[in-house]
Amino acid sequence: MQIEKNAMAGTLESSDAMVTVEPGNAGIELEISSSVMNQYGRQIRATVLETLARLGVTDGRVTVVDKGALDCTLKARVECAVFRSCGKSDAGIPWGGVIK
Amino acid sequence: MKNAVGREIPDELLVGGKEVYQGKGYMDGKYIKKASPCTRRCEKPQESKIVDSIAQALRDCGAKDGMTFSFHHHLREGDFVVNMVMKAAIEELGLKDLTIAASSLGAAHDLIADYIEQGKVIGIQTSGIRGRMGQVVSEGKLKTTAIIRSHGGRPRAIEAGEVHIDIAFIGAPTSDCVGNCRGIGGKSNCGSMGYAMTDAKYADHVVVITDCLVDFPNMPASVEAIDVDAVVVVDSIGNPKKIASAAARISQNPRDLMMAENVAKVIASTPYFKDGFSFQTGVGGPSLAANLFLEKFMDERGIKMGWAIGGICKPMVELLKKGKIGKVIDVQDFDLDAVNSINQTPGHYEMSASQYANPANKGAFVNKLDFVVLAALEIDTNFNVNVLTGSDGVLRGAPGGHPDTAAGSKCCIIVTPLVRGRMATVCENVVTVTTPGDCVDVLVTDYGIAVNPLRPDLIKCLDDAGIEHVSIESLKEKAYSIVGRPDPVQFEDKVVAVLEARDGTILDVVRQIKPYTFED
Repeated sequence: MQIEKNAMAGTLESSDAMVTVEPGNAGIELEISSSVMNQYGRQIRATVLETLARLGVTDGRVTVVDKGALDCTLKARVECAVFRSCGKSDAGIPWGGVIK
Repeated sequence: MKNAVGREIPDELLVGGKEVYQGKGYMDGKYIKKASPCTRRCEKPQESKIVDSIAQALRDCGAKDGMTFSFHHHLREGDFVVNMVMKAAIEELGLKDLTIAASSLGAAHDLIADYIEQGKVIGIQTSGIRGRMGQVVSEGKLKTTAIIRSHGGRPRAIEAGEVHIDIAFIGAPTSDCVGNCRGIGGKSNCGSMGYAMTDAKYADHVVVITDCLVDFPNMPASVEAIDVDAVVVVDSIGNPKKIASAAARISQNPRDLMMAENVAKVIASTPYFKDGFSFQTGVGGPSLAANLFLEKFMDERGIKMGWAIGGICKPMVELLKKGKIGKVIDVQDFDLDAVNSINQTPGHYEMSASQYANPANKGAFVNKLDFVVLAALEIDTNFNVNVLTGSDGVLRGAPGGHPDTAAGSKCCIIVTPLVRGRMATVCENVVTVTTPGDCVDVLVTDYGIAVNPLRPDLIKCLDDAGIEHVSIESLKEKAYSIVGRPDPVQFEDKVVAVLEARDGTILDVVRQIKPYTFED
């Protein structure tokens, strides 16, 4: 999947994360800020990168503002932002494919 | 050197007889030589001690660079006194190298963070440290190492001369012209003034700051004129709305209520739950709700509570008024119901912090306590509790009476949700040990109850009552299965705060925070 336009998913509520994706051509440029950075920064980054890799996203700027979201929430917000960026959120979510 | 809770205490802190924490009751039976203040004689007849301003009171008391000023925290987040005094000392008198020794400090004292950054305030000794002050101290900007003590540890340290108070400032809701103070009868009432009492007895000079001057004699006085040098009348000592809040509503959150009910069940399963038992609870959601369920069990068994202590709030006052508690002994008030009850409702008395919790005196109330119900930011698999540092390692809490009541009580129950957002409350290692695990008996969470293996007697009580319980390790694993296994918080080497155990030994240290970096 390719990030075609700017898109966003999530909120700044506690236990959620706001994920913004923008098109790019220099690999994944990831920026993370988190209320639980000290203890979970490494895991947040791993989860976001794994999710992008699973979706086949190789280029783009990704910004995560995390408010203590669990891994499942982070994955869902990243997936949704990517789908929205390439017009797949209305129809074309790969259920049973990379989304299980 | 490693202490009894496995924390590495740097050798350079172990000077002048300072020891590492050795376990509870270590200092029992030892003798101490009490310190004595150097105070002024007021032999001639005297009409009034009122002076024009705080600056004048400071001058009259010989305020100079390097002094230690003490404060009490009954005005809580509404307090104006600490900032008024420090501003006068630093900006009007030009003083520097000052140390603040307070029973607690909060976000109301953000101004002090500036004075720390300017190097005017170089020492902080307190129970609570929060807001910007917690941040700048955690960033290593305080010139000396901060000292964090419990509410019982503080009067112990004052009496032992480990902290010598040059001038004590007493924020008083009412005072007469010679300094008899009370916490009621004015416009900024706080009720009990228990944390100020030891300060007034052990400081070289005592200045009363009030916003309501009343006729002499203001009786019964919480701080007495015999200890007071000067009285200053100001417009306002604090914001009444933040001093004593409206009573906290009992939580309707089903998770809190479930935990509260389990706390009451655990209490009712022990042999200590009998007519005349004693009790203290915190004011957090589930702790407060435990009162309701406890009342139900008391009614069922036809028993009454002998006495309750602590920071007092409405549910305790209600039980007292209903005749279900014999006496309430009060070191601090949290809401207007408690403020308006102290020394008014029969059986509602005031006590000093020393009388409440000091481990070095001969009769602290905590030592006769049957049950205490407390909250925690974190609790580890050795039952060590942290109520001081956040998961980012920044100072933002207070040991308060937590370690004192845990050590003194026969049954200490910690009640907390298993996870808060992505933070595992039950964890492998707490960031800072504020209450040692050998003082904590039972943990009640929303995912199960665990009993400290040091208490086989309590395990049997729960088994006999058919209350399910699990190991604390399994609760930790449950928490990690939800939020993931946390990485250890990264710190610099510099120690920014020493956490004293209540007996004066060193329980833990807090190090300077390190900006987070990805390790690779």
